[in-house]
Amino acid sequence: MPEQFYFALEVALNGLLTGVMYSLVALGFVLIYKSSEIFNYAQGVMALFAALTLVGLQTGQVPFAELINAIFGTHLSHFGWQLPPLVAIVLTAAVMVLFAFLVERLILRHLVGQEPIILFMATIGLAYFLEGFGDLMWGSEIKKLDIGLPQGISETVESLTGKWFGYGLFIDKLDIAAAVVAGILVTVLTLFSQYTKQGRALRAVADDHQAALSVGISLRFIWVLVWSIAGFIALVAGVMWGAKSGVQFSLSLIALKALPVLMLGGFTSIPGAIVGGLIIGVGEKLFEFWVGPLIGGATENWFAYVLALIFLVFRPQGLFGEKIIERV
Amino acid sequence: MKLTRIAAAAAAALVMAGPALAELVFPSLSYRTGPYAANGIPFADGYADYFTLLNERDGGINGVKAKVVECETGYNTQKGVECYEATKGQGSLVYEPLSTGITYQLIPKASADGIPIHSGGYGRTSAKNGRVFKWVFNYPVNYWDGASIAIKHILDQEGGDLKGKKIALLYHNSAYGKEPIRTLQKLAEKYGYELMLLPVDHPGQEQKSQWLQIRRAKPDYVLMWGWGIMNPVAIQEAANINFPMDHFIGIWWSGSENDVKPAGMKADGYKALSFHMPGDDFPVFKDIRKYVVDAGKAAGNGEYVGTVLYNRGVYAAMLAAEAAKKAMEIHGTKDITPAMMRDGMEALEMTSERMAALGLPNFGPEFKVTCANHGGNGLGIVQQWDAKAGKWKVISDWIESDKSVIDPLIEEDSMAYAKENGITPRDCKE
Repeated sequence: MPEQFYFALEVALNGLLTGVMYSLVALGFVLIYKSSEIFNYAQGVMALFAALTLVGLQTGQVPFAELINAIFGTHLSHFGWQLPPLVAIVLTAAVMVLFAFLVERLILRHLVGQEPIILFMATIGLAYFLEGFGDLMWGSEIKKLDIGLPQGISETVESLTGKWFGYGLFIDKLDIAAAVVAGILVTVLTLFSQYTKQGRALRAVADDHQAALSVGISLRFIWVLVWSIAGFIALVAGVMWGAKSGVQFSLSLIALKALPVLMLGGFTSIPGAIVGGLIIGVGEKLFEFWVGPLIGGATENWFAYVLALIFLVFRPQGLFGEKIIERV
Repeated sequence: MKLTRIAAAAAAALVMAGPALAELVFPSLSYRTGPYAANGIPFADGYADYFTLLNERDGGINGVKAKVVECETGYNTQKGVECYEATKGQGSLVYEPLSTGITYQLIPKASADGIPIHSGGYGRTSAKNGRVFKWVFNYPVNYWDGASIAIKHILDQEGGDLKGKKIALLYHNSAYGKEPIRTLQKLAEKYGYELMLLPVDHPGQEQKSQWLQIRRAKPDYVLMWGWGIMNPVAIQEAANINFPMDHFIGIWWSGSENDVKPAGMKADGYKALSFHMPGDDFPVFKDIRKYVVDAGKAAGNGEYVGTVLYNRGVYAAMLAAEAAKKAMEIHGTKDITPAMMRDGMEALEMTSERMAALGLPNFGPEFKVTCANHGGNGLGIVQQWDAKAGKWKVISDWIESDKSVIDPLIEEDSMAYAKENGITPRDCKE
């Protein structure tokens, strides 16, 4: 086999795994949109906030230390503990549940029945608030995220493929871990929505708000539930992306990578978010591999959005989105 | 009668006191919020803290208090221009835009308004030509100097021969990232290495394609022109493919603690250029701790003192303060205007004696600004990250850029700008 084939294979495999990372971000958007028709602009910032909280709790950082020091003239910074990663993750998940509760209580409750564009704008405000709040709470310095995730080239894959093909393929262990976590996450979400009472309620709300309300399902409870799950997904996305770059405020920009995935996969489909992510991931990487060198490179963002645009033209609801039928 | 006496006494007191001196205003276009805040905060703190030190320790600059007016840009060019418009009427003496994009926008505005700009180590490289860019200064070094210094370092590593070597440039796909390309191409012609260009889309969180390409092409060295999140991701990806870190060299905007710490021990050995020393082992930092941080007058909480970007802020402020002193000396007044400040900047000379006297011995390169040369001598150092110690170590002497390659490029680019903008270059022989 020609060397170019193995290079392309390597690019495609890495594209698929990168696509999984995009899907992790897109999933949070889908869950909230599906249940409430809110495009949650704050999803990227939620990933940032969750990652900040995780590192802060794990390393025993005193929240709002700078503010407290400025007011009281103290010199607080750390409590002096180092929490095990799992404990820190559970505590962060609890913070995200509290966040979901507060969002429902302080924002969504007051906007019931408003136009989707109003709710969208509310999430823009929420994104800016949360970014500033995260800064005040945990500080703006870049933090190393260390919860024991494997990282670096998978020597097993490299040596095996080296033996088979004469060229050792590169696969990042972190990407494999992300794919496993995403697989578990989607399985648990599917089981939850199919086999639990709350899951059925969630699906009922997603299908028809009015009908769900008429049979006694609490919309407010569902919103807290959905925002909590979206918060947990944001935590997973924040951890995976933060492991690559450290936890810093640019992390919120990962939302930019989720948009073409949503346009392609549809805003209302969990499988759509996964398949959309995979198509965008592998498509942009192969395009960069084959066409990039001919036109100067850095084509990935461009390609992702153009591909999504083409899909929109032919299938506005996305690959797996619900078909829009309006009867007059 | 009594009132008349009081009025007369007050008038006499005013006459005796002489005219009150205005403060020296130094605007700081900072970014303490947004995606690049982690880099913007240390620089802004350093810039502000040095002026606070001068006020607290020396009573100001030659007795005139310095005032730093901060305006938040969020590293956004449009906001940067708004900040300029909002602060230029406050007696601003010199602008430090801290963004290449903002600098490009401010060059025509500030030139028309008669306010100098200092963009040390960033901004428009060809602004070094003072005959064309009367109001813009980019001493002590520019991006093209950086490209040449990096290649000189590699030459040194390779025994002076780069024939047949492959050097990749991993760059932020923006005007900033593209700056060194032409210089590196010219140097490739001169030294016979192959240049490989790898652009990275903003913000640079995803670089798998570029690093797979590096893994396949196996360049001997990778140079990086990155900023923000692009830097730590690149260092992590380099570690992932087991690229030798001591063959990975970043420009000075890819060489702070923020860039290496997220990768932990894997970043050990990574190199970056700089135009000032890292660390806090200089007398001035002891003074900053004593007069500013411990006195509760610091812009932040003092945690960044001695870090690369804090030091860069201190260095920029020191150069501004020295230029202000020079302006006072030239014009024989302490009440200087932006035009006088420009004259001070154009006559600035940083010697090792002067830096030592300021508590910054050998902190930056020696250089002399002239009418024709607004960019200094193009000297830089190479520093290497010691992950175990958590410190940058300087591993080279001051390296001078290759002027035989850079000067013609600067002449060409600045003259093209002059032609486009109808500028008649100044005669600097006067």
